Amino acid sequence: MKAVCFWRKTEVRVVDVPDPKILNPHDAIVRVTLTAICGSDLHLYDGYVPTMMKGDILGHEFMGEVVEVGSEVRTLKVGDRVIVPFPISCGRCFYCQQQLWSLCDNTNPNAWMVEAMYGFSGAGLFGYSHLYGGYAGGQAEYVRVPFADVSPLKIPDGLTDEQVLFLTDIFPTGYMAAEFCEIKPGDVVAVWGCGPVGQFAIKSARLLGAERVIAIDRFPERLRLAREQSQAETIDYSEVDDVFTALKEMTGGRGPDACIDAVGMEAHGHTIDALYDRVKQTMRLEMDRSHVLRQALHCCRKGGIVSIPGVYAGFIDKIPFGAAFGKGLKLRMGQCHVQRYTRLLLDRIERGEIDPSFVITHRVTLDDAPEMYRVFRDKEDECIKVVMQP
Amino acid sequence: MDAKETLSRITSAQQNVSNPERWVSVVAGAAIAGYGLARRSLSGLALAGLGGALLWRGGTGCCPIYESLGISTHHDDDESNVSVRYGHGIRVEKTVTVGTSAGQLYAYWHNFENLPRFMRHLKSVQVKDSKRSHWVVKGPAGIDAEWDAEIINEVPNELIGWRSVDGSNVDNAGSVSFTPTAHGTEVKVLLRYDPPGGAIGAAFAKLFGEDPDRQVQEDLRRFKMLIETGELATTEGQPSGAAR
Repeated sequence: MKAVCFWRKTEVRVVDVPDPKILNPHDAIVRVTLTAICGSDLHLYDGYVPTMMKGDILGHEFMGEVVEVGSEVRTLKVGDRVIVPFPISCGRCFYCQQQLWSLCDNTNPNAWMVEAMYGFSGAGLFGYSHLYGGYAGGQAEYVRVPFADVSPLKIPDGLTDEQVLFLTDIFPTGYMAAEFCEIKPGDVVAVWGCGPVGQFAIKSARLLGAERVIAIDRFPERLRLAREQSQAETIDYSEVDDVFTALKEMTGGRGPDACIDAVGMEAHGHTIDALYDRVKQTMRLEMDRSHVLRQALHCCRKGGIVSIPGVYAGFIDKIPFGAAFGKGLKLRMGQCHVQRYTRLLLDRIERGEIDPSFVITHRVTLDDAPEMYRVFRDKEDECIKVVMQP
Repeated sequence: MDAKETLSRITSAQQNVSNPERWVSVVAGAAIAGYGLARRSLSGLALAGLGGALLWRGGTGCCPIYESLGISTHHDDDESNVSVRYGHGIRVEKTVTVGTSAGQLYAYWHNFENLPRFMRHLKSVQVKDSKRSHWVVKGPAGIDAEWDAEIINEVPNELIGWRSVDGSNVDNAGSVSFTPTAHGTEVKVLLRYDPPGGAIGAAFAKLFGEDPDRQVQEDLRRFKMLIETGELATTEGQPSGAAR
């Protein structure tokens, strides 16, 4: 079959590989009908997540049709049309039972690697480095899905692939980020980063009752999308002297009630600290650039919440922890517990409250992946979200 | 002796080392500590620490490792109970929490024939009777290490202790305890073995790999996976763009 493989830093290739097989009794094989490139795939592409190996099949946002099931699979049948959440979860362990699906104890065969870095390991993830299990991803014609009864969600007829594909990651990720903000009537939420996750965080904050959402980015097309789709107010950080002052003025001198960092470890910025991160990350002295996180901690109102769906992998410098402490902030973060939200958000899609396909700007085939990774990374051609048909 | 008692005995100072062994401990401990301190390096410091521990053991006649394995050499007539002599062995202690009852875990573990399902380097265990079993470990170049083991301590649903029988060429001992908590059952494994020489020694060393601590940790992780999910997470056999 055809698959998008990591080759080396900033190079992916479309390679002909063997079809996946059932390896465990709870596995299923899914024929992929639609898949996407995620912003977090760019961290792999740019070489910021260790343990990617030449030939690893990428992709953790995918859906399709079940074509084969293992001997112990009970609820999924051949022919079912499903979306597959990106964390691989056993459904049995303490964490799965607590709905902390992305922290599953039993699905990362390389847990020892993560334990060496973080103390303890979360779930295995599709197509997201050997740290997270080394599972082959879904930017391919077929994909093996472990614990097929636990996570995949059957999709009713009448909804298109494009409407439901983002239930696999970015919609729940943005929604969880907004839910973390514990939004109350009248709240103002600031969102850094208007990429796909940022767009869903903004939209979800509105769905959850935020009175105002302020979106921060530097790309006009992304700010425009936030204004048009979610009635967000916007700040182009390359145009203002100081984001803090702008936010303070827009919030009656208080600061936003909650701040969402939907950027993560490859933040851009025009300030001294952003330059410092850029130099240190280039020299591999610092793993992540954390300019946005610093700004969010600094801008948030007293007693507010900083919610972090943006991915961080390693150590970060110069975090104003004094500001977080001094203002009594609450920090919420982590990989999304996708399975907690899929049913809930499918209902919202079916009721017509949201059509997640609004973020799609590019519709291509797997063969276009090498070029589209670059276009998406460089935000050329007003690229916001790429979906690929095998 | 139940599991709680075992734990309390680990932390209490009770003499369980015979007098000749205590003298050996004192002499060896002083020598190692002196050598370690003289080296003035990090590894020297570690040696000094080891020497200190031996001195303490000799001085008090109390060995926490013997305690945890239910072994005592204090009385001369108990000498036959020594499976792994102190100072010759490698000791590993690891704990994992498994989300099922102590009774189920005890029953699964008590059938030693289940162990090769999650202990990667164990080839087979054949149960001979209620106490005795025959263990085979995969070795390099097709040479296996084999020995007979006997259960020396069992408290239903709480504790199993075993050791290799006299005359086996691979001295080892182990115990596993099961303690129910609100988050599941804590499974604590203690293993000690005395690596023998020669080809059989090489085969046996593979049981624990180059890093015995991690090997046991991984075996326990697989044990938890197997019990909780019924399978072992794997990617072996999946496609890759490089494997052509």
